[in-house]
Amino acid sequence: MTETKPNQPVVASTLVKRGLAEMLKGGVIMDVVTAEQARIAEDAGAVAVMALERVPADIRAQGGVSRMSDPDMIDGIIAEVKIPVMAKARIGHFVEAQILEALKVDFIDESEVLSPADYINHIDKWNFDVPFVCGATNLGEALRRITEGAAMIRSKGEAGTGDVSEATKHIRTILGEIRALAAKTDDELYVAAKELQAPFELVREVAKAGRLPVPLFVAGGVATPADAAMMMQLGADGVFVGSGIFKSGNPVDRAKAIVKAATFYDKPEILAEVSRGLGEAMVGINVADLPAPHRLAERGW
Amino acid sequence: MKPIGVLALQGDYREHIATFDAIAVEAIKVRSIDEIDACAGLVIPGGESSVIHRLASTYGLFEPIRQRIAGGLPTFGTCAGLIMLASEILDKTDDQEPFGGLEVSVRRNAFGNQLDSFETDLAFKGIDSLVHAAFIRAPIVEKVSEAVEITAQLDDGRIVGVRQGNVMAISFHPEVTAETRIHALFAEIVAAAR
Repeated sequence: MTETKPNQPVVASTLVKRGLAEMLKGGVIMDVVTAEQARIAEDAGAVAVMALERVPADIRAQGGVSRMSDPDMIDGIIAEVKIPVMAKARIGHFVEAQILEALKVDFIDESEVLSPADYINHIDKWNFDVPFVCGATNLGEALRRITEGAAMIRSKGEAGTGDVSEATKHIRTILGEIRALAAKTDDELYVAAKELQAPFELVREVAKAGRLPVPLFVAGGVATPADAAMMMQLGADGVFVGSGIFKSGNPVDRAKAIVKAATFYDKPEILAEVSRGLGEAMVGINVADLPAPHRLAERGW
Repeated sequence: MKPIGVLALQGDYREHIATFDAIAVEAIKVRSIDEIDACAGLVIPGGESSVIHRLASTYGLFEPIRQRIAGGLPTFGTCAGLIMLASEILDKTDDQEPFGGLEVSVRRNAFGNQLDSFETDLAFKGIDSLVHAAFIRAPIVEKVSEAVEITAQLDDGRIVGVRQGNVMAISFHPEVTAETRIHALFAEIVAAAR
């Protein structure tokens, strides 16, 4: 934590970075590829937008190397909306992250949805003033990302599929491992830290608090209001929706419906109402049908 | 005794409830007008003000909340909550409207983007030592009517805390810095209004 002297304003502290993540809780963060989509997302009640060149479903369909978006496109989206704008950098690509920070995005997603730039190291996120969100499939991965400076974790799921099963598996895994950690005695936490490949102090902090020190969102496969509400009932602090909105038949109504579902996640009568008349959901791919090399969640370590 | 309700449409409502818990004041999350009517005071938390406005409007909460505040319900807003309690929002999204309650003009994201977010210490009226304050994409009060009391200012004079009758609001987030004294001041307002 950054030290603060009276009346010496401090920017880019851990508190300030994690603080923005806290303010996004209970909200829906939507993938957008144009300023027009960003407008639709903000009008629908998105709490932030994720600016990227292609939504994951198209990255899958078109293949090739996927990289940080064009700065002009990111500028256009920043100019269009008042809500926070996030953008994706490749895993380990610290120069893409430097560029995104220079563009003054509000949050950087070091994302497995793009092609990794480094198969060994992630970005040292403490070197940046802008906060980062990173994906995780289990608690060890989440804690390693937090150790590297992430201010928010999102479970990975399997992006671009519209199949929520991996998102379910990852949020259940992370929260289940936290519960197991909370039940351990102090002397058992040393071994737990070794197994999680994470620093002992952080492991102990999570065990004592029974939660991560940063907000935990869910991503990867959320396509319907019911999917979003299920993630919230399972204990997510909020949801990312990528291809699920703008690859569906009626993006405007679907976006609004998913926003409402994230707020009234435990009210089935409201969920029933918002699930009506949304047209076709994104077609989707079953994760089981994806050959292993095409599973994005396996990127990052 | 009735609890304090924290509007739980979006934002850091759990942190507000935890802050009241820490000073042994009962607080619950509220998402319907029946739940609000069972409370002695209302908190509008930090979050995204345009999202809070949209969800309140869609669920028919906007007008009833506006009326309760106008009718004297003690209300406390932080950051997005300050924006929603202003009489005028500068730099708002097209259809955004505040609940009102404070005769002030507020500018959204007044400091800039997230890179301009900061923490600092400041004096707060009614609290005898400095308050540690986190400003996260924070709003600023640009204009106040004579009826409004200024409770906190930055060194350069910009207004970040206001009170008018039973309604108080601030630009920053005591709920994320383990600062309980401002919530205690609001609990006193609620107790006095009972």
